[in-house]
Amino acid sequence: MKIFIPTPLRQFADGKDAVEVAAVTVASALAELTSTHADLRKHLFTPEGKVRAFVNLYLNDEDVRYLPEKEATAVKESDTLSIIPSIAGGRG
Amino acid sequence: MAIGIDSAALPELTTNELARYSRHLILPEVGTEGQRRLKAAKVLCVGTGGLGAPLTFYLAAAGIGTLGLVDFDVVDESNLQRQIIHSTADVGRKKIDSAADKILALNPALNVVKHETLLSSANAIEIIKDYDIVADGTDNFPTRYLVNDACVLLGKPNAYGSIFRFEGQASVFATEQGPCYRCLYPEPPPPGLVPSCAEGGVLGILPGLVGVIQATEVIKLILGKGETLAGRLLLVDSLSMRFRELKLRKNPDCPICGMNRTIQKLIDYQQFCGIAPEPKEEHALKNGVPQITVRELKARYDRGEEVYLIDVREPFEFAIANLGGKLIPQNEVPNRLAEIDRNREVVVHCKAGGRSQKISEYLKQQGYERVVNVTGGILAWADQIDPAMRKY
Repeated sequence: MKIFIPTPLRQFADGKDAVEVAAVTVASALAELTSTHADLRKHLFTPEGKVRAFVNLYLNDEDVRYLPEKEATAVKESDTLSIIPSIAGGRG
Repeated sequence: MAIGIDSAALPELTTNELARYSRHLILPEVGTEGQRRLKAAKVLCVGTGGLGAPLTFYLAAAGIGTLGLVDFDVVDESNLQRQIIHSTADVGRKKIDSAADKILALNPALNVVKHETLLSSANAIEIIKDYDIVADGTDNFPTRYLVNDACVLLGKPNAYGSIFRFEGQASVFATEQGPCYRCLYPEPPPPGLVPSCAEGGVLGILPGLVGVIQATEVIKLILGKGETLAGRLLLVDSLSMRFRELKLRKNPDCPICGMNRTIQKLIDYQQFCGIAPEPKEEHALKNGVPQITVRELKARYDRGEEVYLIDVREPFEFAIANLGGKLIPQNEVPNRLAEIDRNREVVVHCKAGGRSQKISEYLKQQGYERVVNVTGGILAWADQIDPAMRKY
């Protein structure tokens, strides 16, 4: 499945805007992503292994937090996972 | 449901207004009643920069009766790549004056209210309470949370837009049934992780695109027509020109708009965003200027912090070896102060620390509140951090 990497995090994913991973759940897709891109791990996860609260994960167009199985939700090859961080540019 | 006052109390349109807004009046979704709603509406635009420029222009064009502007900044030439409400002749002027002039030139009938201040927990409720809708065009996380919280506490919808490099986000927060900014982002990112436009750069057109989307949402909220972005997050990628939409849900456990509200009043947003009021490291002081070692500087970079580094050496020195700082040779500094942002912590370096110390002292005399000198300069960096760096 494809994981979309947002601009602020691309520097930790070799500059890529999307990464293909083989996975069966949202959680395993993220594990696969951060195993090959270690720097991403600390920006996406707390030291305890939870997804950081300023990062939102969307499976297709649904927020993973509100899916019944959350990160354990099963994924298909054609699904996409989007990482949506906060951005604040407006004036400066 | 349209925001604002009831139909019976709406102001009449003058003959001039009937002519000016004829293209609106023809549209069934606007008509005379809609245009009267726009005339009665009071909208607060926070920020008159990248997003604020197109936003305020289009709201003025649409005939919003009262436009409040919040800004305390001064026009800088680097703003003109995207802040199209300001002109070259305005460089050095207050943005709020420049913006108000252009808005009134476009539409002299408007009531433009200037709030020349930094929006803070001390004044946000007082300012926002007199408006119907807020459009947030600010550029930092503490203010985003502040505006959100004030809007939720006062029951004012917040037309949100934000940008970074070539990506934008837009939504409408704080409607009665809809989510708020905290529902989407319960926690801010650590300071320094997400650079501002000054640090990360931004495609000039991008705030134009997103600002007009915000203006559109404001107008729809006032008219009560169409479908607003409440409950949706619009993502714009201008590089691929792709627009995507994600579902936003109201978080039932949201501390401010959820069922069990725990936040009843505005908090300290700088603290919430992890921004310490004073620099965290203990600095030695030399002639009133805090010092930083190259090791401390390296540690900041390693933490992912964005450092606003000014290099006061000569161009030939920069060409030999540099740390990627903004090059303003020391003799040019007095004439180029407009290029050095007063609102950020300025870290100054040179070859060995002497010139940068003098410039740091000069900047402090010029009223820069946060200036730090790199002891030992780039030579110390070559000695202690990067032996491969050329010394000269």
